[in-house]
Amino acid sequence: MLRFTVKRFFGAIPTLLVLMVLAFTLIRVAPGGPFDSEKQLSAEIQERLNAAYHLDEPLWQQFIRYLGNLLQGDFGPSFAYADYTVSELIATGFPVSLKLGSLAMLLAIIAGVAIGTMAALKQNTRTDYVVMTAAMTGVSVPTFVIAPLLVLVFAVTLQWFPAGGLGDWRNLVLPVIALALPQIAYIARLTRGSMIEVLRSDYIRTARAQGLTQIEILFHHALKPAILPVVSYLGPATAAIITGSVVVEQIFGVPGLGRFFVQGALNRDYTLVMGIVVFYGVLIICFNFFVDIAYRWLDPRVKL
Amino acid sequence: MTMPLLELKSLNVSFAGRDGITRAVKDLSYTLKTSETLGIVGESGSGKTQSVMSLMGLLPHNATVSGKAMLNGTDLLALSQSELNRVRGKDIAMVFQDPMTSLNPHLTVGAQMSLVARRHLGKSKRDALAECRLMLEAVRIPEVAKRMTQYPHELSGGMRQRVMIATALLCKPKLLIADEPTTALDVTVQAQILELMCELQTDFATAILLITHDMGVVAGTCDRVLVMSKGECVEENFVEPLFATPQHPYTRALLAAVPRLNEVNTELNQPTDTAQRLEARGLEVTYSVDSKRFLAAAHQLKALRGVDLNLIAGETLGVVGESGCGKSTLARAVLNLIPSSAGDVLLMGESLQKLTTKQLRAMRSDMQIIFQDPLASLNPRMTIADILCEPLDTYHPNLSRAEKLRRASIMIEKVGLSPEQLTRYPHEFSGGQCQRIGIARALMFEPKLIVCDEPVSALDVSVQAKVVQLLIELQKELNLSLVFIAHDLAVVRQISHRVMVMYLGKVVELADRDEIYSSPRHPYTRALISAVPIPDPKIQQSLGFAAISGDLPSPLHPPAGCAFCTRCPLAEPRCANEEPPLRAVGRSMVACHLAD
Amino acid sequence: MTGVSQQGHSLFRIAMRSLLSSKATTTALALMAIVVLLTLAAPLLSPWDIDSTDWDNVATSPSIETAHYFGTDDVGRDIFVRTLYGGRISLLVGLSATMVSLVIGVFWGAIAGYAGGRTDQLMMRFVDVMYAMPFMFFVILLMVFFGRNIFLIFVAVGAVNWLDMARIVRGQTLSMKHREFVEAARAGGVSNLNIIRRHIIPNLLGVVIVYVTLTIPQVILVESFLSFLGLGVQEPMTSWGALVNDGAALMESAPWTLFFPALFLAATLFCFNFIGDGLRDALDPRDSAGES
Repeated sequence: MLRFTVKRFFGAIPTLLVLMVLAFTLIRVAPGGPFDSEKQLSAEIQERLNAAYHLDEPLWQQFIRYLGNLLQGDFGPSFAYADYTVSELIATGFPVSLKLGSLAMLLAIIAGVAIGTMAALKQNTRTDYVVMTAAMTGVSVPTFVIAPLLVLVFAVTLQWFPAGGLGDWRNLVLPVIALALPQIAYIARLTRGSMIEVLRSDYIRTARAQGLTQIEILFHHALKPAILPVVSYLGPATAAIITGSVVVEQIFGVPGLGRFFVQGALNRDYTLVMGIVVFYGVLIICFNFFVDIAYRWLDPRVKL
Repeated sequence: MTMPLLELKSLNVSFAGRDGITRAVKDLSYTLKTSETLGIVGESGSGKTQSVMSLMGLLPHNATVSGKAMLNGTDLLALSQSELNRVRGKDIAMVFQDPMTSLNPHLTVGAQMSLVARRHLGKSKRDALAECRLMLEAVRIPEVAKRMTQYPHELSGGMRQRVMIATALLCKPKLLIADEPTTALDVTVQAQILELMCELQTDFATAILLITHDMGVVAGTCDRVLVMSKGECVEENFVEPLFATPQHPYTRALLAAVPRLNEVNTELNQPTDTAQRLEARGLEVTYSVDSKRFLAAAHQLKALRGVDLNLIAGETLGVVGESGCGKSTLARAVLNLIPSSAGDVLLMGESLQKLTTKQLRAMRSDMQIIFQDPLASLNPRMTIADILCEPLDTYHPNLSRAEKLRRASIMIEKVGLSPEQLTRYPHEFSGGQCQRIGIARALMFEPKLIVCDEPVSALDVSVQAKVVQLLIELQKELNLSLVFIAHDLAVVRQISHRVMVMYLGKVVELADRDEIYSSPRHPYTRALISAVPIPDPKIQQSLGFAAISGDLPSPLHPPAGCAFCTRCPLAEPRCANEEPPLRAVGRSMVACHLAD
Repeated sequence: MTGVSQQGHSLFRIAMRSLLSSKATTTALALMAIVVLLTLAAPLLSPWDIDSTDWDNVATSPSIETAHYFGTDDVGRDIFVRTLYGGRISLLVGLSATMVSLVIGVFWGAIAGYAGGRTDQLMMRFVDVMYAMPFMFFVILLMVFFGRNIFLIFVAVGAVNWLDMARIVRGQTLSMKHREFVEAARAGGVSNLNIIRRHIIPNLLGVVIVYVTLTIPQVILVESFLSFLGLGVQEPMTSWGALVNDGAALMESAPWTLFFPALFLAATLFCFNFIGDGLRDALDPRDSAGES
């Protein structure tokens, strides 16, 4: 376990480096810069700004400098949000996205696994077809269609929940549902597929021959192997969902982390872009690590 | 006469499929008394498994069952799901063929066993676990406490089947159904399991329904036998008269097809040319097994630890051993399909190791291979014509397509199929037919040597006999040299001139076929021969299953000294330290300190 | 047990037969065909042009008389025509980007799988690293920095979508390499190139087709997401995603501007997913062999 953690820690370093080099090169070779704006700045001011942010140094030097700062936990100042550092921006957006995202994921896991299991048990019956068609629709209809529809029905027409903003739990309902729906659909499909496979396996036949009830077979024998594919899906999916969704934030007016993905790029906000790439990369690596640990716990044949 | 424990009255099982309704079991009736053993024998597709699955309510949804199955007066087929759940596992228990897949890989042995005890015996978790430990001791599993916390993949094959049996016997069932319980196991382990089952039956007074394809297993264990073919019972009788005077032609054919260790009914080719076709010297193959641990060096698994062999034209060398002895590795190393780490192979005097890639490719037409799984060895996307013509495409690219097809037609007739079948795809053929196609493909090269890697072990007995006969005839006609690899000693005896026994990557004995079977000199050879069930109830039941104890040691860490010393009944202290060389004893070559 | 059938039924034909025997997949295929035909025939079906504005009918609901079958938007443009033209872009991007990812993925996966050893480890390690990238973010960066250009869209999307394909192809190649029929071909002196060409690629085809069918909707989704953010195709061209974005803004006053493009988008994605699923089941050897 300790060995595995250490191994993973060192394995993550090249991944992060590649990630940073890629992002760094990409944003720097792209045309435009953070101080391009409608008003043309005088050459002198431009130069001074560049010098202040070390933009006049060769690229590799800037990269090394960035790495050095990063090692001390400093993501640097934001170019576009003048008074904020990147760390501060992430610190304001992330808690909101984390709250929405983790609630949505929790809902998705519970509902998705339950629905998928039910469909698998009723395989090739009407229930199965109805549920799975619904799930397929859930996968096929994009969030940016579902979200406005939710607003239209539940906020504008029925007025059950507020259309957006931050406030009490009622404000969270619609965005969480909008985030969770496609995940529920995807997890339900994954669960159904693997559950059917597991239910066909020899050891389930053995359990049935032993006179165990459906419930006992499901909970003691089938559930663990059946959620293995769900678990591996959860790693990257959770990382993605807790870093916020541009669509949901835009439609429900939630100040999460997602908007920085687009804003940072649009504003050529070098440090913000880099900060978000690194933050996201670290999250993905962490979640994949958790997934591997969970996998080991679920499947004793897997060695760490 | 007392009431029978189980009485089947005209059981019918049919399946609704894409091509209409298939009747798998037709009008089957039989009775079974308390503590009696009834063997149900038949080849694949005979409906033997379906007939018992229907009793357990384990058939797939597209199955329809009719008839009556009275267990102690209750009709099993009329029970509701929850009533059936009270009977299954308690009154009737079942042991399946493959203990690897039949045990849940995600649960510890203790966890999956105790679920059954808690369900049927109404015990607390603690009592249930205690009960399981007792039962594991009853099936003679060593270190019970440790086994309870282990997962199935940490146990050996024989140990897993013992766990299956222990679980089945937890509730002291009246009836135990064993569906091919030893088919997935090696002979020496099979002998241990069969011996155990016979003993437990006496202790627990359980009636046993034994499903098997192996006449030898039936002869040694059953009181009565029921022979099934195409869903019907063709003959039922007590075991001795059934073997002595089989009535139905199918039974007679089945018994005649069973290869026997003690008699040979094939006539082999008489080699005339004594030039060496194939020679291997000190052949070693090492696989590196990735260490699961971080920063630890990869393990070196020595699959072959110095093997010598030679073969002349028109001769067959049989290679026998249990799984993990390196026989399949030998097949591939001889053909240079995998790199060997030491030693040399000479084909007609040419060292294969010294050839360039191009020269080796040219040599390949002289040496061919036939595989164990006939279907898997044929490309599913190619027609039989394309499969048979590929060798000509490689070695005679200038031939016209018509000429290639003509040769393919001749060849397919030679192996007993018809040229019309050339346009079909592999999945449209049965296992035996696929194996014939595999042989035809090998022959298209006009090879001098064919290595047969378990060519008949996936086939039914009657088909086995025909494929073996085909190989013998082809050998006579084409003066082929064969290396025939198998785990079944009886089959090897039918076809081989000489037999080589392997254990953990080494040759332990090599002798002429009659010599090795009449006077085996290595204790392992002896154990192997005595473990093979003989299809004759008089002999088999008096002999019992003479088993050697224990399992094969891990090939990663073979014992120092003699590899067999951990299981050898004769082992002396020096066996554990000194490695015995292969030496001539009488007319055999034996690697044992004690042989004389 | 032994399937007696007529001569020469390849597994692929059996799979196609079982695919077409399902009413649901046949319906999905038909629906797909209709959508494709509609988008191709768009100019013939309506008097309106993609950017022509009908000032007499601004934000009017669907009507046959005015030939605005799906209504108009807030500047009087015809939703029917725009939906069909938008469909062309969405489908085009879907297909081309999938092809890009197919080519990269199959090559990468097949080479890694067949070469094995260190090459394989290195190539797959790269894929692992790529998996930790925030892809959508990279696509957004590309779009923002290099301008919105349709060619770039599918190169970008394709270039980031090949990872799954590479993994699958590699896994299949790896298992195929150890199959006995490949071993038989090696024992028969067949060259590496011919082994890949004759024995490995044809057996990969089934899986690849399935994943192509499942990748197309993913790519369409990405494109529409970009268009939704305003980073996709530029006016006067449009795509389903862009139309849904416009429609979402008008949904209270002119819900049809959201409804019809969303319906076309969802239906197309649904059909692709459905057919992909059907194909996967049909090509699954365990099922096509027929349950016991």
